[in-house]
Amino acid sequence: MDLYRAHVLVCCGTGCTSSKSGKIIENLEKELKAQGLTREVKVVKTGCFGLCAEGPIMVVYPEGVMYYRVSPDDVTEIVSEHFLKGRPVARLMTVQTAVPLDQARNVEESDFFKKQVRVALRNCGIINPESIEEYIAHDGYMALGKILTDKMAPLDVINEVKKSGLRGRGGGGFPTGLKWEFAARQQNDQKYVCCNADEGDPGAFMDRSILEGDPHSVIEAMAIAGYAIEANQGYIYVRAEYPIAVQRLKLAIEQAKAYGLLGEHVFGSAFSFDIEIRLGAGAFVCGEETALMRSIEGKRGNPTPRPPFPAVKGLFDKPTILNNVETYANIPVIFQKGSEWFASLGTDKSKGTKVFALGGKVNNVGLVEIPMGTTVREVVFDIGGGIPNNKAFKAVQTGGPSGGCIPAKLLDTPIDYDNLIAVGSMMGSGGMIVMDEDTCMVDIAKFFLEFTVDESCGKCAPCRIGTRRMLEILEKITGGTGTMEDIEALERLAVGIKEGSLCALGQTAPNPVLSTLKHFREEYIEHVTDKRCRCGVCKGLTQYFILTDLCKMCGLCAKRCPVGCISGVLGKEPFVIDTAKCIKCGACMQACKFKAVVKR
Amino acid sequence: MGSTKTKTHDEQVRLLDQVIEKHRGQGRKALMQVLQEAQAIYGYLPLDVQRTVAGGLGVSVAEVYGVITFYSFFSLNPKGEFEISVCLGTACYVKGSQAILDKIEEELHIKAGECTPDGKFSINACRCIGACGLAPVIMVNEDVYGRLTPDQIPAILAKYKEA
Repeated sequence: MDLYRAHVLVCCGTGCTSSKSGKIIENLEKELKAQGLTREVKVVKTGCFGLCAEGPIMVVYPEGVMYYRVSPDDVTEIVSEHFLKGRPVARLMTVQTAVPLDQARNVEESDFFKKQVRVALRNCGIINPESIEEYIAHDGYMALGKILTDKMAPLDVINEVKKSGLRGRGGGGFPTGLKWEFAARQQNDQKYVCCNADEGDPGAFMDRSILEGDPHSVIEAMAIAGYAIEANQGYIYVRAEYPIAVQRLKLAIEQAKAYGLLGEHVFGSAFSFDIEIRLGAGAFVCGEETALMRSIEGKRGNPTPRPPFPAVKGLFDKPTILNNVETYANIPVIFQKGSEWFASLGTDKSKGTKVFALGGKVNNVGLVEIPMGTTVREVVFDIGGGIPNNKAFKAVQTGGPSGGCIPAKLLDTPIDYDNLIAVGSMMGSGGMIVMDEDTCMVDIAKFFLEFTVDESCGKCAPCRIGTRRMLEILEKITGGTGTMEDIEALERLAVGIKEGSLCALGQTAPNPVLSTLKHFREEYIEHVTDKRCRCGVCKGLTQYFILTDLCKMCGLCAKRCPVGCISGVLGKEPFVIDTAKCIKCGACMQACKFKAVVKR
Repeated sequence: MGSTKTKTHDEQVRLLDQVIEKHRGQGRKALMQVLQEAQAIYGYLPLDVQRTVAGGLGVSVAEVYGVITFYSFFSLNPKGEFEISVCLGTACYVKGSQAILDKIEEELHIKAGECTPDGKFSINACRCIGACGLAPVIMVNEDVYGRLTPDQIPAILAKYKEA
């Protein structure tokens, strides 16, 4: 075996692949060969490091030097300077978002990583996801091997999961061990283990990163679940929009089968377990467990009433358990390090860690994994590096279309399942979108309702018709014709929809409106009574003006105006916008070099 | 030109038959997979393809149509040679993807969900392609463009107009 003096880890997650990390690897290999370094420096394709905004990302070990926004053209310099002469390329070691990351020379010491505890993401960005050997070298399949070779009783496996306190990471936070126990108690000739990888929450991408960066952890966990409930067949329901994840999952399943870690007689035991992949086709409601199972059966993804619960009558009417990707990724670690260790992380009722997809108006956009109980402030300001361009923080949205907004006064809320619900939001799958002073909260509520109106399956009238009505009211308010009665109507409708819908999609659809009404009611009232959108987002309420004293009479704005509503005399008279004709496209504002065009 | 097109059509029919053959006997269980593969062959799912799939799997055309219209991934209409997917996921939206979509619609004179008369471009307003770190993001077929501002759009489109 070759001993390498350095390892170069190049992120090949979706974000970095989009910014050409494939080409970077190609150039690296070419350049290393040209310099005769192929036996000294090893290039490793890895999954996501988390700091997606600064990608493509490259990390060099043993030093732990992290390079940001590497371009394929930088490779020659990196190889000749760093690998040949031992001088890291300082120019690529500072992030461009003005975050003090650059002060830390080592990856683990940077603010972005310091407060994180990586359990579910333990292998992401460290191992090559396309190599089962690398997963095994990181204690992969050890948990499954131990369970099978020690002939641990299925009930003991379930008890271990119960003791860990692990709760579902996909939405509601149901205790995972309990779910397994329900299915294990059922007597049936056929049971199923399903994995929900239909990550539909817009703005959350942790499940995809796990599948892309560490697919074997999910496969191992599903096999453990299969052993625990005595099922021999698993299904992974994954979005067709995630091609890289699908391809790596397929490869991982093949490799596991070739090693006897999946298929007939796993680890030479009497236990057999197989996994098949099913592709989702872009329906948000299929994240709901009964809808997902209908979809695997080849039907429209309409939710069905519970009970019967899937643990009793699920996929093809057989007892079934369904967990999401992140939940599964935690399972092997619980058996490697023990349930006590896992339960020592987090808060009283929420154990372990949670991965959040931090995005929106925040400096360090990416994936972060924090112990439960970390405050929202720590995530946004310490790990996330605060708000760009010196803007003021307004809110953070969690839980996607089912969740709500957390305002500045609640920044010190420790994150766990119960606290987030108490402040009117929810954990959800873990999207965390930061909003600054320029984000209009009424517009955001409207954005999420547009989403639910699109995605409501149409089965229950309160959800199908009610969300449409709520959206129409919000359109009225943002268009400048809303009344105070409309705000009350919103609240009334919200209650009806929550109570009258069958599945979680409808039951939670009004949440974005309710939480913005709770914390930002004054913005709604401003839209209604003052006909004003303080952020200038709602076009129906925005007007553009030219400040006469700043206007240099250059006429550039008039030239750019697509409807010819700006008039003035070049060099002599300041220009004026005819607000009656203006279509509010903002072209004049972009064109003006003197900041004379303002909107209010 | 005409002959190439017929040939392509024959080729498509042959490929679809292969897909159906592979899943024969599985019935409705295989419907989603067959439709996914059929769309990969045809680019969309016209009525004659729906009929073939229905016949091959032994389910009704109504059921096939019902499944197609339920899932946004399936399309009943042909797409442009270059499909522009504009991400309207939360992270992109907060960073101004609506303005990006407006600009593309303005440049191409079509709305989201439509195709230009010459069949060159279609616009698809999609929810999160998962590249939130690069927000706002668009995809032109497989090419991803991130950290966009509306004024970059004309140059990007120009690349494909010439292609």
